[in-house]
Amino acid sequence: MSDVNFIKVDPNFGRDFAWTPDNSKTVAVHIAKYPAGRHSAVMPLLDLAQRQVGEQTNTQGWLPVPVIEFVARQLDMPYMRVYEVASFYTMYNLQPVGKFHVQLCGTTPCMLRGSDDVMRACKDRGLAKGRTTLDGLFTLTEVECLGACANAPMVQINDDNFEDLTYDSMYAILKALTEGLPIKEGDQFQTVSGEEFRKLYHAVKTGPQIDRKTSCPVDGPTTLKEMVTANHDYREAL
Amino acid sequence: MPTLIVDGIEVTVPVGATVLQACEAAGKEIPRFCYHERLSIAGNCRMCLVEIAPGPPKVQASCAMPAADKQIITTNSAKVKKAREGVMEFLLINHPLDCPICDQGGECDLQDQAMAYGRGTTRYDENKRAVTEKYMGPLVKTVMTRCIHCTRCVRFAEEVAGVEEIGAIGRGEGMQITTYLEHAAKSEMHANIIDLCPVGALTSKPYAFEARSWELKTTASIDVMDAVGSNIAVASRGNEVMRVLPRLNEDINEEWISNKTRFAIDGLTKRRLDKPYVRKNGKLVEASWNEAFATIKEALTGVSGNEIAAIAGDLADMETMIALKDLLGALGSTRVDAREDAAAFDAKSRASYIFNSTIAGIEKADLCLLVGTNPRLEAAIINTRLRKSVRKHGLKVINLGPVSDLTYPVTQLGTDISILKGIANGSHPFAEQLKTAKNPIIILGTAALARADGGHILAAARSIADKYAMVKDGFNGFNVLQTSASRVGALDIGFATDGAIPAILSDAAAGKLKVVFNYGADNIDSAALNNAFTIYIGTHGDAGVKSAAVILPSAAYTEKSATYVNTEGRAQQTQKAVFPVGDAREDWTIIRALSGVLGKTLPYDDVHALRISNIVKATPAWSAFGESGDISSGPVVLSITDYYQTNVVARASETMAECSRVGRGDPQLMAAE
Repeated sequence: MSDVNFIKVDPNFGRDFAWTPDNSKTVAVHIAKYPAGRHSAVMPLLDLAQRQVGEQTNTQGWLPVPVIEFVARQLDMPYMRVYEVASFYTMYNLQPVGKFHVQLCGTTPCMLRGSDDVMRACKDRGLAKGRTTLDGLFTLTEVECLGACANAPMVQINDDNFEDLTYDSMYAILKALTEGLPIKEGDQFQTVSGEEFRKLYHAVKTGPQIDRKTSCPVDGPTTLKEMVTANHDYREAL
Repeated sequence: MPTLIVDGIEVTVPVGATVLQACEAAGKEIPRFCYHERLSIAGNCRMCLVEIAPGPPKVQASCAMPAADKQIITTNSAKVKKAREGVMEFLLINHPLDCPICDQGGECDLQDQAMAYGRGTTRYDENKRAVTEKYMGPLVKTVMTRCIHCTRCVRFAEEVAGVEEIGAIGRGEGMQITTYLEHAAKSEMHANIIDLCPVGALTSKPYAFEARSWELKTTASIDVMDAVGSNIAVASRGNEVMRVLPRLNEDINEEWISNKTRFAIDGLTKRRLDKPYVRKNGKLVEASWNEAFATIKEALTGVSGNEIAAIAGDLADMETMIALKDLLGALGSTRVDAREDAAAFDAKSRASYIFNSTIAGIEKADLCLLVGTNPRLEAAIINTRLRKSVRKHGLKVINLGPVSDLTYPVTQLGTDISILKGIANGSHPFAEQLKTAKNPIIILGTAALARADGGHILAAARSIADKYAMVKDGFNGFNVLQTSASRVGALDIGFATDGAIPAILSDAAAGKLKVVFNYGADNIDSAALNNAFTIYIGTHGDAGVKSAAVILPSAAYTEKSATYVNTEGRAQQTQKAVFPVGDAREDWTIIRALSGVLGKTLPYDDVHALRISNIVKATPAWSAFGESGDISSGPVVLSITDYYQTNVVARASETMAECSRVGRGDPQLMAAE
């Protein structure tokens, strides 16, 4: 793809990293959660650091080496031990990502339910695996199971899941995000499809993109049908 | 103590032993990659599978399973065999078939165990994973595709070396072993990971593609790079030392050796003195032995005994020092010394200059006071033992002297040596801690004793040892950490005079000495010897030859059988692995031959006669030593600043020079520069 690239990184980026006043309060809370001398706070701190970098760069954030070392010093851990943690978990980004980090699930249930179509939609929107678009908006990562198989295929964009996708709905979501539409929690509008939601609220809806409540059966209940409207005592039938 | 049955053999093992250890106690061989006696248990290679009853009906990793009473272990069933074959097949899935070009070939655990416990064929048709090589410094060559992720190297770096710089990054199939950001490993001990690696992932960089293990002749010997006397196995091919490996000695080096011990050997072939030289018209020219001896005889004519002296360097062996001392005695001189730094040892009291607690004895201590020493640079093996004791036995280490990272937590008392006075008279707050300690020890560095008030410092340390009951019940916590292999042996045979080598040098500079025998003393300002007729007996063209009138080439520690006494006072012998280079001769024979030429023939014809007549077992008596006096305030200046450049062999070694450069962080020079 011609319009995607690796982001060029200033090697000094992160050298002046320090917690914001708000975050340093959060850091104290995290450290206080664990016994003194233990290093268990490393994971929340790395996450917080990544989010702070994200806020500073208006992206989803990543962990430059100086920031990893900053966290290591704070917890009195060898650099290597923190680097191991940061490299082990895929939710820590060791390279810069865009404003929207699209994590596309390609594991079996999603693949069977059409994740290849979703991937094609991404490609058609100019995204490429492991790369960031030149405008700095999207980074596409193929990930393993994100635990939403009942609503396969799905992607995670930033902190939200987008489920029950098709080629069209994925394409539309990416297009809407490019156009600057905000992401809104879809919880209260579970039975509204993503398309209707965009028309109604001029925003992108999280959760299922079809007319479906969480992971309930798509065509209404398949069992306990009498229970839908009122309580029902099935024992009478016996 | 649990008693269990292994393949029908009943064994009783100590509480806390693992099933794997129980199997070994029963004489069963259990294959393993990740398990290592001296490292924590990881249990991730799964090769040591056995059947354990009672328990789940499946094979279990014996290395991580505690041995329990009445267990019945089966190590040779068809089920176990099949399970191990399966594990081996998985291990080999991503392991390249490059044994013919792998340096580990012939001494590879994976190769051996694949032969003994593998299926012999693979069913895997997919592409193998490839991993990029990682830079770990000038000593360790990496071929990470061969890595089976046993994590022995990671655990060694964390637990033994104490420098947590090796780790496993990534996860699953993407997991890779590397140093942090591929920086060179910064430990004096890290080359031991070459021995630990069960496959060919971590091999020796200087030894790469040099030899195969079956071509080598191994000679059990000891190391002289420092005063520890690590037990080593010198592997040679033809007349060349190819590599040095550690030899097990629980009392000294366990199974580790320091980087310098292992890799300084390329210095044995560089800058060597291989012919006698005689200075003519200010220039050193090659000469025959007879010519060199004749020149010496001429120079000694008419020189009285009090105008002759002999000095010995840090690699001097006992036999030669005895011969040299006897020769000087025959010439009428008693002016002999081997202390290049004028350290104020009392040669009359053996306890005043040895490591009395012994190295293994460190593990009995609960409080250790370091005075003017950096054990990490002066004796990396002893520092490793200190670290082991800190981790396993809760040893507390207190440092009085230069601040440095010793790889374990240290309480810094200060850098001013005069604090010692306060500890000796009990006024310093630290004295309370010493009083309550059960088994305190003190480790005194030679740099502290090399100060002008060294004798006072020795006396203060002695009074601390007495005051806080460090000497009791057959345990003596008063330790001196020597830095040179020759020092204790020299003091044992009285190869010492007042003022040590600096006094001899200043007398020589003042013209009071006409002839000086310099036996390998290179860590001195040799210009002081320019006024005297200097006979240099040594191995390398280092500082000592600059002032030499005659050079007599001698044998290095791998080329002779010689006695060295380590800092503990333990006499050990090196063994001849290869012949001395060129016309060089074993050191003591040079003195013996010279004595004949001078008409003062020494009364021993072979090395055994020399040893029997002179090397006797000395026992350290806790007699008085040190001199009373005030200690002036000021820091101790350590004698060793560059760990990799401490003696002539190390200075001649390219590998050590590279380590030194990397340690300093200097950029690498390219050929064009």
